[in-house]
Amino acid sequence: MARYILRRFLISIPVLVGVALILFLLLNVVPGDPVTLMMGEHIKPALIEAFRARMHLDDPVLVRFGRYMLGALRGDFGVSYKLQREVSGLIWQAFPHTVKLTIYSAFVSWIIGIPAGIFSAVKHNTLIDRSLMGFSLMGVSLPIFWAGLLMQYVFASRLGWLPVTGYYSIKYYIMPSVVLGWSSAGTVARLTRSNLLEIMKNDFIRTARAKGLSEPSVVACHALKNAMLPVITVMALQVAGLLGGAVMTESVFGIPGIGRIAVDAITHRDMPLLQGTILFTTAIVIAGNLAADIMYAFLDPRIRVEQANS
Amino acid sequence: MLQIRNLKTHFFTRGGVAAAVDDVSIRIPPRSIVGVVGESGCGKSVTALSVLQLVSRPGKIVSGSILLDGEELIGKPSKQMRRIRGNKISMIFQEPMTSLNPVYTVGRQVAETMILHRGASKAEAMDRTVEMFRAVGIPAPEKRLKSFPHQLSGGLRQRVMIAMAMACKPSLMIADEPTTALDVTIEAQILHLMKELERDMGTSIMMITHNMGVVAELCDYVYVMYAGKVMEHAGIFDLFDHTKHPYTQGLLNSIPKPSGVRGRLFNIEGMVPSLLRLPKGCRFSPRCEQAVRECFESEPGLYAVSPGHGVRCFLYRDCGDGGEAI
Ligand SMILES: Nc1ncnc2c1ncn2[C@@H]1O[C@H](COP(=O)(O)OP(=O)(O)OP(=O)(O)O)[C@@H](O)[C@H]1O
Ligand code: SF4
Ligand SMILES: [Mg+2]
Repeated sequence: MARYILRRFLISIPVLVGVALILFLLLNVVPGDPVTLMMGEHIKPALIEAFRARMHLDDPVLVRFGRYMLGALRGDFGVSYKLQREVSGLIWQAFPHTVKLTIYSAFVSWIIGIPAGIFSAVKHNTLIDRSLMGFSLMGVSLPIFWAGLLMQYVFASRLGWLPVTGYYSIKYYIMPSVVLGWSSAGTVARLTRSNLLEIMKNDFIRTARAKGLSEPSVVACHALKNAMLPVITVMALQVAGLLGGAVMTESVFGIPGIGRIAVDAITHRDMPLLQGTILFTTAIVIAGNLAADIMYAFLDPRIRVEQANS
Repeated sequence: MLQIRNLKTHFFTRGGVAAAVDDVSIRIPPRSIVGVVGESGCGKSVTALSVLQLVSRPGKIVSGSILLDGEELIGKPSKQMRRIRGNKISMIFQEPMTSLNPVYTVGRQVAETMILHRGASKAEAMDRTVEMFRAVGIPAPEKRLKSFPHQLSGGLRQRVMIAMAMACKPSLMIADEPTTALDVTIEAQILHLMKELERDMGTSIMMITHNMGVVAELCDYVYVMYAGKVMEHAGIFDLFDHTKHPYTQGLLNSIPKPSGVRGRLFNIEGMVPSLLRLPKGCRFSPRCEQAVRECFESEPGLYAVSPGHGVRCFLYRDCGDGGEAI
């Protein structure tokens, strides 16, 4: 098992480097001179030249990429053009807010998605099934900014139950978590439902029934674990996605997380910040993938035992 | 002990009503192995599932009676029915590869039955499981408890299924083509094991198969089904030595030759009719070489050619009615 994990880990390194390289090249062909962006339009060309030299901007792209990666290894992602602060510092400052939002909304997503999926599967093709699926899929299709604004209007402005924006206590996170969680609940619900339905067709379910188990036991003891294996993988990926920052939600609810940084970086063409944020997000998604794989291997004896034997 | 009387189980599909089991009567006396044979789709599995009340939609038991030691199973409340499943009547299936849950150890899956029906503690159930594994000839039973299904061969998995089925010492075990998926040597071992269990534990077996060779080896009594109906039923010797029904004759001619060549199991000309478009008259008439004019006009009843030997065929009408097994 340890070897399996190590191998999966080693495989993800070139993926990360590859993404970083593509990203670096892409951001380098974006028009606009960084020095001008940083210092404003009306400075002397000589000054610009001096800055370019100091920042090694005229070196070949690959050299600069190498330098960037070496820095990144030490946790140095450069300095934000706009804010003139360490990119890594900015990210670490924003990350806890994103983590909080992730935890809360993942919770909401599972609380809605898993039971909805199970009930829909058990009562499939009934009115309950359709309404539950409709409700959870609505979350996927509702535009977050619209749902967010609507909630702010109803629960904050009208009813005054919750604060409109901010990040000072758990109260502030309720609306953003519900909006964000609901939007991923649909995927969880649909996947849980379809997997469960598929598993219920298996011969071993017939065996479980022939043993004399009650229908709830058959579902809970014999179908659910099998059905949830792939769902857990998807949930891990969703969490990774959320950790990468929820651009829309964070903007609507004024949460200074990773998503907000990314938006700011784009608006200000702050390349080092943008690059650092995207790289960070990528690393998290890759780590999430890795975690999902490992978790799957742990939960599924067919893989776990194979790995232990090899 | 088990008496199925005039059982009708129909499937209500979009294309119409399929009478998968059409007025079937089967009797399984204590301490006996009763075979149910017939080509694919003739209603063997549906009959078996009807006994356990496990026919799922769009199928439904329409009428009839299933008595277990005089106790009616049809319409029994599901809670009481659950106490019978796996306990008094157990079932094993054709596919040993997929009949066990891949994410639990086989030990746990066998023990589960005893915990459920015998109120055994986990430790007791595990001890009993080791005993059962030994009884069904699984080598190194203690070690095998912790194996997952995918780590076992098909033959071993089927032994696990048998151990599971026998765990609560049921009075009846329904075996739905238990050896079809196994190779010939393993098949022989499993059949031998089942015969032994029947003798040692007194469990009756309803042996579903489409292999006449298996019937010859194992069964005391045989029912031959075709398109949802029993065509002939007889004691094993009558069936082989005084074969009456043209369909049974066809089946017997298709027993694999001792040369070991396993050709097509059935080489009767023609196809099994769709249950939705049954031919008028005898349902075997389109394929029957001995058909007379009447065969295409009306359906034959079950005629008694000798005590305990019934044939659904006009050729034996002179023998008189009353060929029902019960
Ligand atoms: N889910 C279903 N929906 C519709 N019809 C069904 C369904 N299951 C079974 N049937 C009908 O019942 C008939 C009998 O099926 P059954 O499974 O009992 O056959 P069998 O004798 O066990 O065949 P096999 O040897 O292939 O296992 C089939 O021909 C089919 O028409
Ligand atoms: S009734 Fe007629 S068609 Fe049917 S099996 Fe007998 S001879 Fe053949
Ligand atoms: Mg079958």
